[in-house]
Amino acid sequence: MKRPAAESKAAAPPRRGGSLAADPRFRAFVVQAILLIAIVWIGWTLFENIRQNLAAQKIASGFGFFGETAGFGISQTLIPYTEESTYGRAFFVGLVNTLIVSALAIVFATILGFAVGIARLSRNVLLARLAEAYVEVLRNLPLLFQILFWYLAVLGTLPGPRQSTPLLGAVYLTNRGIIFPKIGLEPGSGIVFGALGIGFLLALILRFLQRRQMLMGSERRSFGWLTLLLIVGLPALAFVLTGAPVSLKWPELRGFNFVGGARLNPELLALLFALSTYTASFIAEIVRAGVLAVPRGQTEAAFSLGLSRRTTLRRVVAPQAMRLIVPPLTSQYLNITKNSSLAAAIGYPDFFYVFAGTTLNQTGQAIEIIAITMAVYLAISLATAIFMNWYNRAIALKGA
Amino acid sequence: MKRMFCALFVLAGFAVTAPAVNAGVLDDVKNRGVLHCGVTQGLPGFSSPDDKGNWTGLDVDLCRAIAAAIFDDPNKIKYTPLTAKDRFTALQSGEIDVLSRNTTWTLSRDTSLGLNFAGINYYDGQGFMIRKDKKVASALELSGASICTQTGTTSELNVADYFRARNMKYEIVSFTTADETLKAYESGRCDTFTTDVSQLYAMRLKLGNPSDHTVLPEVISKEPLGPVVRHGDDQWFDVVKWVLFAMLNAEEMNITQKNIDEAVKSPNPEVKRLLGSEGNFGEQLGLTRDWVVRIVRHVGNYGESYDRNVGIGSKLGIERGLNRLWNKGGIQYAPPIR
Amino acid sequence: MTTRTFVRTAFAPNEPPPLEADSTASRFARSLFATPANFALTVLSVGIVALVLPPLIRFLFLDATWSGTSRDDCLANAGACWPFVRAKFGQFIYGFYPAAERWRPNLVLAFGALLLAPLLIPAAPFKRTNALLFFGVYPVVSFVLLTGGNLDLQKFLLGRFLQWTTVAGVGFGIGLRWAFWTDFLFSAVVIVALVAALAALLRASVFAAVTAAGMVLAGLGIILLAVDLDFGLAPVETRSWGGFLVTLIVAVTGIVVSLPLGVLLALGRRSRMPAVRYACILFIEFWRGVPLITVLFFATYMLPLFLPRDVTFDTLLRALIGVALFAAAYMAEVVRGGLQSISRGQHEAAAALGLGYWRMMGLIILPQALTLVIPGIVNNFIGLFKDTTLVLIVAIFDLLGQIRASFADPNWATPVTLYTGFAFAGVIYFVFCFGMSRYALYIERRTAAYGRGS
Repeated sequence: MKRPAAESKAAAPPRRGGSLAADPRFRAFVVQAILLIAIVWIGWTLFENIRQNLAAQKIASGFGFFGETAGFGISQTLIPYTEESTYGRAFFVGLVNTLIVSALAIVFATILGFAVGIARLSRNVLLARLAEAYVEVLRNLPLLFQILFWYLAVLGTLPGPRQSTPLLGAVYLTNRGIIFPKIGLEPGSGIVFGALGIGFLLALILRFLQRRQMLMGSERRSFGWLTLLLIVGLPALAFVLTGAPVSLKWPELRGFNFVGGARLNPELLALLFALSTYTASFIAEIVRAGVLAVPRGQTEAAFSLGLSRRTTLRRVVAPQAMRLIVPPLTSQYLNITKNSSLAAAIGYPDFFYVFAGTTLNQTGQAIEIIAITMAVYLAISLATAIFMNWYNRAIALKGA
Repeated sequence: MKRMFCALFVLAGFAVTAPAVNAGVLDDVKNRGVLHCGVTQGLPGFSSPDDKGNWTGLDVDLCRAIAAAIFDDPNKIKYTPLTAKDRFTALQSGEIDVLSRNTTWTLSRDTSLGLNFAGINYYDGQGFMIRKDKKVASALELSGASICTQTGTTSELNVADYFRARNMKYEIVSFTTADETLKAYESGRCDTFTTDVSQLYAMRLKLGNPSDHTVLPEVISKEPLGPVVRHGDDQWFDVVKWVLFAMLNAEEMNITQKNIDEAVKSPNPEVKRLLGSEGNFGEQLGLTRDWVVRIVRHVGNYGESYDRNVGIGSKLGIERGLNRLWNKGGIQYAPPIR
Repeated sequence: MTTRTFVRTAFAPNEPPPLEADSTASRFARSLFATPANFALTVLSVGIVALVLPPLIRFLFLDATWSGTSRDDCLANAGACWPFVRAKFGQFIYGFYPAAERWRPNLVLAFGALLLAPLLIPAAPFKRTNALLFFGVYPVVSFVLLTGGNLDLQKFLLGRFLQWTTVAGVGFGIGLRWAFWTDFLFSAVVIVALVAALAALLRASVFAAVTAAGMVLAGLGIILLAVDLDFGLAPVETRSWGGFLVTLIVAVTGIVVSLPLGVLLALGRRSRMPAVRYACILFIEFWRGVPLITVLFFATYMLPLFLPRDVTFDTLLRALIGVALFAAAYMAEVVRGGLQSISRGQHEAAAALGLGYWRMMGLIILPQALTLVIPGIVNNFIGLFKDTTLVLIVAIFDLLGQIRASFADPNWATPVTLYTGFAFAGVIYFVFCFGMSRYALYIERRTAAYGRGS
């Protein structure tokens, strides 16, 4: 309420022995003190209200419920979970489900987004228009609309398990999801994975050496084929030597459902499709803007130096474009993680649905659960942001 | 300018405050002139609105009976449709006075949620609905099935117990609302839909072709459904409890909407006590002497309400079964009024 | 001696002539079929178009059912069932708003369009008055029209603390409404006195302080009077609101509240006072870090626990508060972008003219910054408009929620009902979002051109 006073005085030159309100330092102090008092007062009031409300309703607060038996089933569990497991375990099941759908969606959205973004810049008019149509349609429809569309209108109308006919011999598209043969691991498969790991490691070392060589100014040899050989060849060799230690488990219809094979639930698929295609439309725009922002002179200069189209793209345009692309890309990745909570609308057992939905309902520990839920999303956001900031620094101009 | 906006917001916040809660809920309701009643978002037979927004059903009748007992007018009610998820919060926060929404009485709800169950107006149990063409005759044949259920209900926990105890495999698919669950069942996402039997019959009416679906004979749980109030107001608790008992007692004494005017003149001391021409039981509750007369005149006795909403006289056509009076082979038993 | 990687030793082959040199027709042909790879992409594109477009057109128009009254009329055709949309149209737009009272939301929508159009057209005059009407008067009018007003306010500040107005109201038989207004008057006097005392204490101008406080209280009084008066409108509970009406209400409230709040937060974030700055950063980053659905969930189911026991909020209002705070955090970041792009010289020039902080911001910095970020604000609004669909998770039925609910109606159960509903919702959402994004683009180009011209 004293703002007008402060303001009118601020305009006038300070008088001798004039208003205290005209002193900027004093004003800053008062404003901050009032703000802090207000925050503390609001916080205290809220806390006091909660305390009274909980006491009045005889709700016990605490985190003891984490150790209690959950008793409900979850349709997709990537870590071992049964109805006898605790709420604590259900928490992790949900978290893993959230992380897996976010990670997959990030990968697909990035691939699709870069493809569409580059297609929009194509000299092929038809392709560019098609990519533009994709972007405009997808990003102008609400994500929840698209999730429901995929779930109800596309996956929900597939035939039931009994009526479905297999594609490629053993892949079934049904309203219970996509069912396909499962690859079972036999003893000895560990060696193959070990070989894969060693291959990756060697390829990394090779790349490091090559980089050093380049910095030293010596001739650059392409090690592409060697890298490929290390990553693919080594495990393949191990695979043959150990006598193919895998077995395919074919799905077969028994009773109500398919037994044997692996299955992707329609809830997961709908969420994944919708998240990936929706976010891809935003990533495409980011990519396009990033590439267009590289001055034409850069490309022309590279061409006049005699660099090929491919080298120009790889060595001149892409590094500059990436610097502009990465920061907005980060916020898209964060959006994917946050948007994955829309799973609640179709019953995909993500973190929000399992924890803030079912667990909250069964235990009634509303305050604790919502607080933890928000903290977890904040932590995921923070972790993604930190990683992307690190990547952003890694590709930023050195010494600039 | 902007800080003024903040101040304005805070002041407006103070201004919107509702009247203070007085001594008890009954006084509040009387002062307010309207009963706040929490119901479902639409479950035929228990609480569902018609096209004009008029609510009917067994659970609705209980609210109407309470309003009739207090105001002598069963329509002085504001209905609040609630999902399974937000029903308890609404009651705890004082948004509603009584929750009459086919809610199962369990120990944990009674204690840790800070609620009181005021009685049982429907004895139910959980069952399974399945397409007839699946040719399943018993729940024991459901091993390996996909099961649709609503999250945050006791059904979700019971089905887990049932399959676990019998070592049968199943896949649970849960949704937030009853409609979503039914839709998923109808589209074939699941083989069977599980919830309380009464609700299965009610939901079956919402299917495109109800006769293609059947309810399996097994009842896998006890689901005593009843009205709920908040902890800590015994007077209000008594009112809700005894309105239900009054409806049961009225049925036991064959007092119906039709014969209520003759019944008032009955010489039977039991009837006289019930209808308030002897003793002041209504006043002891904080109501009037003729509270039961009001209830029966406006709403009817328990049996009438049952038949009209879920029983033979309704679209649902559910047998009375356990919900018969104790002297007719059921377990509905109300303490005497004396 | 080593050779550097990128040094060429022979001439590069000649480039083909630039496209612009050719005629349109051959340019088009070359762009499609120049290289084998290009040719393959063309074929792929044609394939995708052929796969998507004809079935879509057939479903929406050629095979669609256009007239009829029940599901039986739609069973014969494989296309969209438009009678379904016609039958449910009222529900999709108004939810369960009583049919007899639908002129009220219509009036609100018409007012909104009437006020918004000149606000959006850059050439239209009276921007300031218009903005004041839209952001100040319109919300109050809409509130009264939609709910019916007549809130029957019972106590203001003093009543809350002293409880005496209720006693007085009942005791002297003057009624609660009058009790409220006496309370309001007394409270106003007390507040003005406090402000005057504070101003005197700080040796600032008492007159200016009292005038400002009086104006705020008068404004508040007018708003309260408007919602308190009985205009004879039948009350309509927010519970019966739904459909597109709710979509618009949530989106417009979000933007109207989040804009001033966002500006405040953005200024706070750039403040030199550490407490203010950190409070704003914390606030903004918190809301941006959590998903909207947790916010809605919190606002809907948990807010009652944080409030005194005798305070209840309407369900829709709770969701609106959640959405508005959430939107404000995003708005703050957009505005901050605009503030950052204003050069230091502007600040220094303003300070040199002797302007204080608020005048500098209000007269010099914000007008420029906000003009710059209009496209960002519109894009934010598009996001908000799409995000309104999330309210269906907390059981508020917006357009998408109503459409989804209508799928459960057995009277319209046909194989195409689902697709028809999605097509209808899709078209509405697309038209609105696409239209707004074009508008943002138009303003962006205009601002850019203006910047170049000056």
